[in-house]
Amino acid sequence: MSDPISLPLADLHAELGGKMVPFAGYSMPVQYPAGVMSEHLHVRDKAGLFDVSHMGQVVLRGDGAARALEGLLPVNVVGLAEGRQRYGLLMLPDGGVADDLMFANRGDHLLLVVNGAMKHADMEILRAGLPGLSVEMLDGRALLALQGPLAETVLEAMVPGVAAMKFMDVRSFDWNGADLWISRSGYTGEDGYEISVPVAQAEAFARALLASDDVMPIGLGARDSLRLEAGMPLYGQDLTADISPVEADLGWAIQKIRRTGGDRAGGFPGADRVLAELDNGPKRRRVGLLPEGRAPMRMGVMLYGSDTATAPIGTVTSGGFGPSVGAPIAMGYVPDGTVTGTVLYGDVRGKRLPVTVTDLPFHQPRYKR
Amino acid sequence: MKYTEDHEWLEDNDGVITVGITGHAATQLGDVVFVDLPEVGQTVSKGEEIVVIESVKAASDILSPLDGEIVEVNDALADTPGLVNDDAEAAWFFRMTTTTPEEMDGMMDEDGYKEFIGD
Repeated sequence: MSDPISLPLADLHAELGGKMVPFAGYSMPVQYPAGVMSEHLHVRDKAGLFDVSHMGQVVLRGDGAARALEGLLPVNVVGLAEGRQRYGLLMLPDGGVADDLMFANRGDHLLLVVNGAMKHADMEILRAGLPGLSVEMLDGRALLALQGPLAETVLEAMVPGVAAMKFMDVRSFDWNGADLWISRSGYTGEDGYEISVPVAQAEAFARALLASDDVMPIGLGARDSLRLEAGMPLYGQDLTADISPVEADLGWAIQKIRRTGGDRAGGFPGADRVLAELDNGPKRRRVGLLPEGRAPMRMGVMLYGSDTATAPIGTVTSGGFGPSVGAPIAMGYVPDGTVTGTVLYGDVRGKRLPVTVTDLPFHQPRYKR
Repeated sequence: MKYTEDHEWLEDNDGVITVGITGHAATQLGDVVFVDLPEVGQTVSKGEEIVVIESVKAASDILSPLDGEIVEVNDALADTPGLVNDDAEAAWFFRMTTTTPEEMDGMMDEDGYKEFIGD
C-alpha cells in the first residue's frame, strides 16, 4: 500500500493538533485535542468544521446528462430542478450498491459528490455507463463542511446569502475572489453547509471559519458518531456491493417515477431485484439497535434470536457510543419484518447481551426545510 | 508506584496491589465509555486479558500484570467510565494479590516510565 496522500489542509490540521490517520488513501484527522466526545457535542450545540477533501467531486456535462445518469441511479435525476441537490445510489448489475452519493443540478452541469474510498471505482462505472458525456473528477477543489445549529449565523457573516438557502439547495458564491459552491446539507443530522472551495483559497477560508469562537475543528471520529446517531449509512459498512437499497431501508431515495408503474420505471442496473424488493419486501433490512447496559456493540457483532440460539439471524454493521444519546447505539441487518421493540442478543466477546430493535434515527435531524 | 510497558501503574500496599492505567494511556484511548471488570475471586495469569475498556474510538484490553487473584474491583468505573479520563492515577481498576511479587522489582519506576513514553 502506498503512503497516504496529504490533503490541501494538512498544515492546518497539524497546527490544530489533529491526530492524523490513513483513511481512504489519504492522511486525515481522526480527532483534535478536544477529543471525539467534545467535538461531537460541540457540533450538536454550536458548529463544527470538517475537512472532507478526500471525497470525489465529479462534474458531468453533455446533452441529456440527467437522463443518461438515470441509467445508473434508481432515482429521479431528470426532475431535479436547477439549484437543487438529491441523494443517489450508484447501482451494480445484481442490485447491490457501488457507492452512495449526492448529485446537484448546477445548470450547465451535474455535480456529484462521492465517497473518497470509492471515487476511482465510481469513475470507471460512470465513464463506462455514460458514453458521450464528459465525466471529470476535479482535483483543484477542497471540500469542507460546516455543521451545527450556529452554522448558518457563522457562514452568513462571511458569505451573505447562505441563510436564505433551504435544505438541499445549491448555489455559487464569491468569497474574496474564491468561487464557492455551497450546498445546504451534511452528514451529521444537523443544519449546515458543504462548501467546495478552490485549493488555493481553502486554507484561508477554513481559517476564517475557525476564527469564530463558535466553530471547532472536527475529526473523522466525531463525524462517524454524528452520522451514526443521525441513522445515516456508511458506505463500506452499512451499505456494500452485496446490499440492495431496499435492504438498506433507503427505499425513500427511489422516487415513484422510477418504481413499478412509474413513467420511467426501472432502467438502472439491478432494477429487477430492487423493484421486486420494493413490491414484495427484502429478506433483511437495516434497523437501529439499542444495546442494554453500557457495552458498545461494534461492527461485526452477530445477532441471535435468543441467548441460547446457535444460528445468527443478523449482524451489526456500525456501532459505538452515541455521545448525544448518552448510551451505546448501533445499526445492523435483521430479517425483514422484525418489529421495533424486538429484543435480540448480540455476541460481545462471548457474552450474549440483549439489544432492542429500534427505529432510526437516534437523533432527530434539524434541517432547515 | 511501578509501571508496565502496557501502560499500567501498580501500587503495592502490604501485598495488595492496586492496578490502573496511566494518564498517557488514557489520553491515547480517548473518552472511555465502558469498562468491563473481572470477577472478585478470579484467578488470573500474567498477560491474561482481564479488563475491556471501550473508548469512543475502539475497544482495548488491560492485561493482568502478574499471576495472582483479584480481591476487589472498582465498581464506580462501571457506572462512570469517564473517571479514567478525569484522573487516571486515581481511577484504579482492580486490586490483586500475587504469587510472584518479585516480578514487580523488575518493573519501571516513574522516571523509567517517563523515558519509556518519551516524555
